[in-house]
Amino acid sequence: MEDKGINPWVSTEYSQPEYVRMIENIHALNENLIVRVEDFSLFYGDKPALKRINLSIKKNRVTAIIGPSGCGKSTLLRAFNRMNDLIPNVRIEGRILIDGEDICKKDTDLVALRRKVGMVFQKPNPFPMSIYENVAFGLKIAGEKDRARLDQLVEKSLRQAALWDEAGDILDRSALTLSGGQQQRLCLARALVIEPEIILMDEPASALDPISTAKLEALIYSLKKDYTIVIVTHNMQQAARVADYTAFLLLGELVEYDETRKIFTNPTDKRTEDYITGRFG
Amino acid sequence: MKGWDKFFALASGLCVLIIFAFLFWIIFIIARNGAGTISWEFFTAAPVEGMTEGGIFPAIYGTVFLVLVMTVFLMPFGVMAGIYLAEYAPQNSRLTQAIRLAVNNLAGVPSIVFGLFGVGFFIQYAGRGLDRTLGLETVFSQPCLLWAAATLAILNLPVVIKTSEEAIKAVPLEHREAAFALGATKLKMIVRVVLPQAFSGILTGAILSVSRGAGEVAPILFTGAAYYLPYIPKLPTDQFMELGYHIFVLSTQSPDVDKTQPLLYGTILVLLLLTLALNTFAIGLRVRMRRKYGR
Ligand SMILES: Nc1ncnc2c1ncn2[C@@H]1O[C@H](COP(=O)(O)OP(=O)(O)OP(=O)(O)O)[C@@H](O)[C@H]1O
Ligand SMILES: [Mg+2]
Repeated sequence: MEDKGINPWVSTEYSQPEYVRMIENIHALNENLIVRVEDFSLFYGDKPALKRINLSIKKNRVTAIIGPSGCGKSTLLRAFNRMNDLIPNVRIEGRILIDGEDICKKDTDLVALRRKVGMVFQKPNPFPMSIYENVAFGLKIAGEKDRARLDQLVEKSLRQAALWDEAGDILDRSALTLSGGQQQRLCLARALVIEPEIILMDEPASALDPISTAKLEALIYSLKKDYTIVIVTHNMQQAARVADYTAFLLLGELVEYDETRKIFTNPTDKRTEDYITGRFG
Repeated sequence: MKGWDKFFALASGLCVLIIFAFLFWIIFIIARNGAGTISWEFFTAAPVEGMTEGGIFPAIYGTVFLVLVMTVFLMPFGVMAGIYLAEYAPQNSRLTQAIRLAVNNLAGVPSIVFGLFGVGFFIQYAGRGLDRTLGLETVFSQPCLLWAAATLAILNLPVVIKTSEEAIKAVPLEHREAAFALGATKLKMIVRVVLPQAFSGILTGAILSVSRGAGEVAPILFTGAAYYLPYIPKLPTDQFMELGYHIFVLSTQSPDVDKTQPLLYGTILVLLLLTLALNTFAIGLRVRMRRKYGR
């Protein structure tokens, strides 16, 4: 919490909205919430893709976003690291707070944001470089040149991503020679190396075989002590297996958001029940 | 229907055959008539006896020099323009379309027009201006290698712009997104992800221009190529001899056509081999790049 050494209740230096925000920050910290989405809407041109979403994401937990194809899961996920900025004619309303900071502002430092909020994509997308260069990429673009430190951090991330045993002695090989599952873990290592707080995963296992998927899920589970993970998935068993909390989106609306157990055993909303029992989508 | 199918397959195959026949015919004639001329002396000596004897060293040297200076002018501008069009220009905007159209039209301008433009713009305008500002006599305001190279560079700009733009655009969105998601700025993304992958494409454009530049005569005719030079050019402000122009001179201006003919074929063979070597080099590099990137 940025402490200006002034009690916000008595200081006259703060405007009304600033008080409100500070109080909210205090709440956020108390509840260990790292992300707060507030009345967030997103439009592709005139077409709404997300409609007044409200949700908070807990630190060091895995949160799953589920819902039928086209309901806006990827769009919501990509709002957390402002990847939607790459698409022309996107308009947003509302705000998203990460660590109490509104990331939707025009002057948000996108480089800093994206180093704090890492991402693993649906399709494994390693760069056509060596395994080592892939992992070191995030460090190198940040200006890290110390070879020993690079080596050390690359190894650490590869271990975290459970890839060191397989790739530790072929670091100079092209990343494209790895299998799909290995490539996806490489992409995870690449995201981990810059030590983000949050990791976004957009259907990270959809291109993988069952064994690779199981490995990745085990990995996700082990990572949550250090990271906050938000995962989009089509696969409801997967959500049930890995996620502590689950959000169900439908046609751009957040229908239900609760503990995963509750969502899958005793959903409040009829539409959630229909979806998880496979009645549509 | 079946008959037509067969006919079409045959006809199209025949066209390919005819084209290949022409190509081999040309190469065969040149090789047969030129091979005898090729010798150590031919490569290392200057023309003598009114260019009816001797070698073509000054022309080879001039060609290489010309093409190098051209590349220095051409690549930075061409690649930067390609980067702008692919990465920064608002796609689908009227202005961008207009720029693309202009680049395409530039590619269609006859090369002799570029030659005249080079005289008007580089020699008479830029050259004179330079001389006046620097207080020189006549250094830049005359035909010379510098301006010939600049003219050739302009002639080849469209190729380089287009191949660069296409090579850059071919870099998959996933790699760009991955870079951005790791906190890369646009510049870093371009330098570290896009350009390395686009490199082989850009290189192809460069080598295409070089092999074309080595053979174009019209643009250098008035801007710097010399009919005959008793010395080897040292500075970019010197005139120079060039293979393509030398071929033209040998075939049309010789005092003794029969005596010159072996020289002529020899020179053509050298030019042909030079371009062939360049293209092979380019292909080799491309294959190596592809392998490196595992594609
Ligand atoms: N670049 C875009 N331009 C316009 N509309 C888009 C764009 N990307 C997504 N949309 C639309 O926004 C809506 C939500 O898309 P989104 O990709 O977030 O869905 P999703 O839930 O991730 O679907 P899936 O499960 O198929 O990945 C869809 O209706 C889609 O057509
Ligand atoms: Mg999606």
